[in-house]
Amino acid sequence: MTSPVRERWPFVAGSFLLLVAAVLAAPLMGSSRIDFTRVFDFGAPFAENVDAQIFFIARLPRALAAALVGASLAAAGVVFQALLRNPLATPYTLGVSTGASLGAMLAITFGWTLPFLAMSAASAAALVGAMGSVLIVYWLARARRAGLSTTVLLLAGVTLNAFFSALILFLQYIGNFADVYRAMRWLMGNLDVSSYAPLAGALPFVLLASGIFVWLARPLNLMAAGPEAAESRGLNVQRTQRLAFFSASIVTGAAVSVGGPIGFVGIIVPHLVRLVAGADHRIVLPAAAFTGGAFLVACDVVARTLIAPVELPVGIVTATIGGPFFLWMLIRKN
Amino acid sequence: MLQAVDVRFAYGAATVIDGVSLTIPAGRIVGILGPNGSGKTTLLKLLGGTLTPTSGDVLFDGHSLRTRARRTLAQRLAVVPQDTHLAFDYSVIEIVLMGRYPHLGALEIEGPRDLEIARRAMAATGTEAFERRPFTTLSGGERQRVVIASALAQLDRPGAGSREPEGSALLLDEPTAALDLGYQLEIAALVRDLNAERGLTMAISTHDLAFASAVCHEIVLLRAGRVIASGPAAQVLTAANIRALYDVEADVRRDEESGRMVVVPRRHIRP
Repeated sequence: MTSPVRERWPFVAGSFLLLVAAVLAAPLMGSSRIDFTRVFDFGAPFAENVDAQIFFIARLPRALAAALVGASLAAAGVVFQALLRNPLATPYTLGVSTGASLGAMLAITFGWTLPFLAMSAASAAALVGAMGSVLIVYWLARARRAGLSTTVLLLAGVTLNAFFSALILFLQYIGNFADVYRAMRWLMGNLDVSSYAPLAGALPFVLLASGIFVWLARPLNLMAAGPEAAESRGLNVQRTQRLAFFSASIVTGAAVSVGGPIGFVGIIVPHLVRLVAGADHRIVLPAAAFTGGAFLVACDVVARTLIAPVELPVGIVTATIGGPFFLWMLIRKN
Repeated sequence: MLQAVDVRFAYGAATVIDGVSLTIPAGRIVGILGPNGSGKTTLLKLLGGTLTPTSGDVLFDGHSLRTRARRTLAQRLAVVPQDTHLAFDYSVIEIVLMGRYPHLGALEIEGPRDLEIARRAMAATGTEAFERRPFTTLSGGERQRVVIASALAQLDRPGAGSREPEGSALLLDEPTAALDLGYQLEIAALVRDLNAERGLTMAISTHDLAFASAVCHEIVLLRAGRVIASGPAAQVLTAANIRALYDVEADVRRDEESGRMVVVPRRHIRP
């Protein structure tokens, strides 16, 4: 018999194939029909191939953005749940998304522009806001003791969430109608991406965090028994906690800067994956990332096509599926 | 051999361990007894290296724990914590394999040898029957034995068990606290077997006087972070010491058949 982790590799491979299929299928769906064989008909010049243009220029960036954001949020959810030893933690529990939202609100309300970056000002400000809140929470949690106290992390995150939410409400109150409307749209979580530029902005953060996740998977298993048990098995707990906190926060910040605070992906997907693939993070982390990507791509197709030509914010779709799922999970647990 | 040399430890301003010196000779079992809040668990964490003394030092085979790398230390010193709560639903075999962590490279996956070691550890603790079961579905006694199996897998290295001069140590924090009589006896038998067969050096914190007297070669009495008496159970577990330790008047007898001390508490004296 082989070790349990080897037996479960098919879950990772399967979820990866699911993601690839979703990314390739999603751009085929939409108001103007396109034909798959014509998209990949490289005999015709690209400038004359309308199907290929719609596929590669109009729709593929959006599918890729959904994949990147969904994967980031699901992976960050897994890491935060393991770090806090709390299955109900989400990527947003520690204040990253509210910090990002505050940044975006400021950019929108005060009409900031970024002439020198391909990124929109709201995205850039969201990224800065996310990183700012990460540093504040980290500093608060560290001030208490040598290690990262998960209780203090949680309390600091919850408090920061409430405080930033108050500032967001304040900005909405003083803002003019058009700006508040735009900001509300942003807060709903939206993948209105029509170029590869936002992807390029988020990719370095996602790649950096992915590298850390590869190392982090096995240490997170040991952390499930608590920091002291992990330490006595030879793990450097402090370094693990720091790397987990920063890597998960970075991908969350990057994801929110692209799509806004899209809810529930970071909690539904990790739980579904654990349900079928077990608890080992070497399986759960990659499988949840791929499944999260595929899930958000699918949700975005629903958001684009449900009441076409009007596009729903994808955050409404994920929350409509996620809310009842979450309740079902709570009932199942008790 | 595990030694504490004038160890002090404070959580902030509160001193919990106040100058403890003790020696756990190689291959011996030492029990740490004391009332709630006497610092038993803290002392065990200091001996296991998960806490570092504020002053003084803990030596393992003559080397300070401060200077030893975590991973190489973990290959020879394992801890069975009192709280076996797990955040996620791992299977028993996965828990036992986690003990292999300090023996594997950063991205290495457990191989057939690790699996064989895990199986051996499960056989030694009588847990092989629920290899595939989720840990959370086990009873308290079964969980305790699975965590001990994980610790054994952690201490398994080439040459171990052949009573080499540098032995391995296993620290257990209140292993019988949540267990019924049957499981208490089972854990006592397991502890003695592991000590006899593998020459494991052991420190056990416990509230259970009978368990301690049946299992431990020596007993250390801890009160308010200080050692008030130490030595073989028959010498240390006296009415006078019980009174000094717990403020309780007690009759102490030795049960000749089992070698256990029978302590019947009579009255709590308010000092």
